[in-house]
Amino acid sequence: MIEFRAVTKKYGTGAFGLDEATFSVDRGDFVFMIGSTGSGKSTVMRLLIKELEPTEGTILVAGRDISSIKRRQVPFYRRNIGVVFQDFKLLPNRTVYDNVAYALQVTGHSRKEIRAKVPDILRLTGLSTKLHNYPDQLSGGEQQRVSIARAFVNHPPLLLADEPTGNLDPETSIDIMRLLYRINRTGTTVLVATHDHAMVDKMRRRVLELSRGRVVRDEATGLYTRDESTREFAQRLRSPAEAPQIL
Amino acid sequence: MKHSLGFFLRESLRAMRRNAAPSFAALATVTVTLIVVGVFIPIVQATTGAANSAAGKVMVDVYMQRHATHAEDARVMGELRRLPHVQRVVFESKAQALAQQRKQDPLAYELLSGNPLPDTFHVYPTAPSAVLAVRAEIADAGGQGQMLDPAIASVSNHTQDTKRLLTVTRFVTITAALLAALLIAASVLLIGNTIRLSLYARRREVEVMKLVGATDWFIRWPFVIEGVVVGAAAAVMAIVTLAVAKVVVLDPLASNWGLISAPRTIGIVPLMFVLLVAGVGVSAVGSGLSLRRFLRV
Ligand SMILES: Nc1ncnc2c1ncn2[C@@H]1O[C@H](COP(=O)(O)OP(=O)(O)OP(=O)(O)O)[C@@H](O)[C@H]1O
Ligand SMILES: [Mg+2]
Repeated sequence: MIEFRAVTKKYGTGAFGLDEATFSVDRGDFVFMIGSTGSGKSTVMRLLIKELEPTEGTILVAGRDISSIKRRQVPFYRRNIGVVFQDFKLLPNRTVYDNVAYALQVTGHSRKEIRAKVPDILRLTGLSTKLHNYPDQLSGGEQQRVSIARAFVNHPPLLLADEPTGNLDPETSIDIMRLLYRINRTGTTVLVATHDHAMVDKMRRRVLELSRGRVVRDEATGLYTRDESTREFAQRLRSPAEAPQIL
Repeated sequence: MKHSLGFFLRESLRAMRRNAAPSFAALATVTVTLIVVGVFIPIVQATTGAANSAAGKVMVDVYMQRHATHAEDARVMGELRRLPHVQRVVFESKAQALAQQRKQDPLAYELLSGNPLPDTFHVYPTAPSAVLAVRAEIADAGGQGQMLDPAIASVSNHTQDTKRLLTVTRFVTITAALLAALLIAASVLLIGNTIRLSLYARRREVEVMKLVGATDWFIRWPFVIEGVVVGAAAAVMAIVTLAVAKVVVLDPLASNWGLISAPRTIGIVPLMFVLLVAGVGVSAVGSGLSLRRFLRV
């Protein structure tokens, strides 16, 4: 689904965002990307949505070299990727409902379709009671859910989440992870950047570790079972950290 | 089009409701600018009009000998007409001249028994600036210091006045044109800047829209429509203000003061139309263009 081939991103300031990073992610995978601050996680995300262009190397998404996508086609490309930003990036002048609806309006859905789809996704993300709130009337966790709902409402084949639990308490983080896992189970490829090592250890998914723009660890741990229910999954996350075990 | 006009209209109305302050600033700026333009257009026209009509009156008066015969009059008329740079020659007989003078100043001419006035030709040059050349050819034929025809007694001598008039006319016209250009440039810059400020306040929003996969035009349409609405509203407000000012202030004055009712100023209806088109055009195009820099995400 995603393939980075020796991708280097050098910023104008001379800082290396990525340094010959090579990795790939298969369709349907759930992959964590960890690494200390400044290691290049956000750079990977921003390269994937073509907010940035790589200095060198090739990025393939769904088998296509994304550098061949013309500027005018970028919006259409982005509609295939749901993005959850660390700072939520909600539209401040719109209610929860309208924020999610915007992602559908962009793709030209009719009002009828929007009325059918938005409440569904908001129920899934547990926001049914906050439909008419504006973002500044929501808690951080709730805003993060809105941003997930918006990212997923089009059912994109690829979902990127940049530190989705960055500002959240552990319990809310588990809820968010559970939500992402549920989305992954519908067949969506999910790539999550995070600092939360404890969470990553418990989740036992594949882990990519970056350091100074290089991939320093890539473990397809194989310690997890694919067909775990989201309930079991959440239970395991809540249990105290324990030695990795094969379920 | 996949998205209806209604959708974009709702979007821009929503934006205006939620961003009332910047929209209001833009509205106020455009209104004030349009009022200034609306006052300025007739003033420029009246001024240049007055200057031009003064310049239009520039001519050379040729006075015949008192005893000149009809034959001499006819000969001189022909000679004058053949001169270069002469557009028109008007003959005024001594009788006509006297009647004219009598009308202007009955008392002074009451006392006169005879007619002291000569036959006169008014020679109009093709352009006001040619008047001195024409005069020279009549009063200083061939550079010899002689009259064009012996039957001519004298030629009006307003060389200084004419020169001054021509200078003033040119100055007024150039100044008016310069002021108009400055005013238009200032208006466009001012309106553009206000729009840019109001867009700057919303640049994060535009960025997010782009990241969610909105095309440039999908983002732009509501802004352009907002520009049209703001521009139209501002134009209506400016027009109403100007109309009220005209009825309350100008019309009572116009009967007393010639300049205001100067014939060649724009009518109120074309002026309204100009202001409406300018307001809508500048703010719509301004919104659309200013947005460009924020769309590069
Ligand atoms: N716009 C930019 N201009 C210049 N340098 C940048 C820019 N964005 C990121 N960098 C640099 O690139 C490197 C990688 O940044 P990146 O944002 O990808 O890190 P990160 O892994 O997401 O960090 P964090 O965990 O703190 O979010 C850092 O050294 C950073 O200073
Ligand atoms: Mg980051």
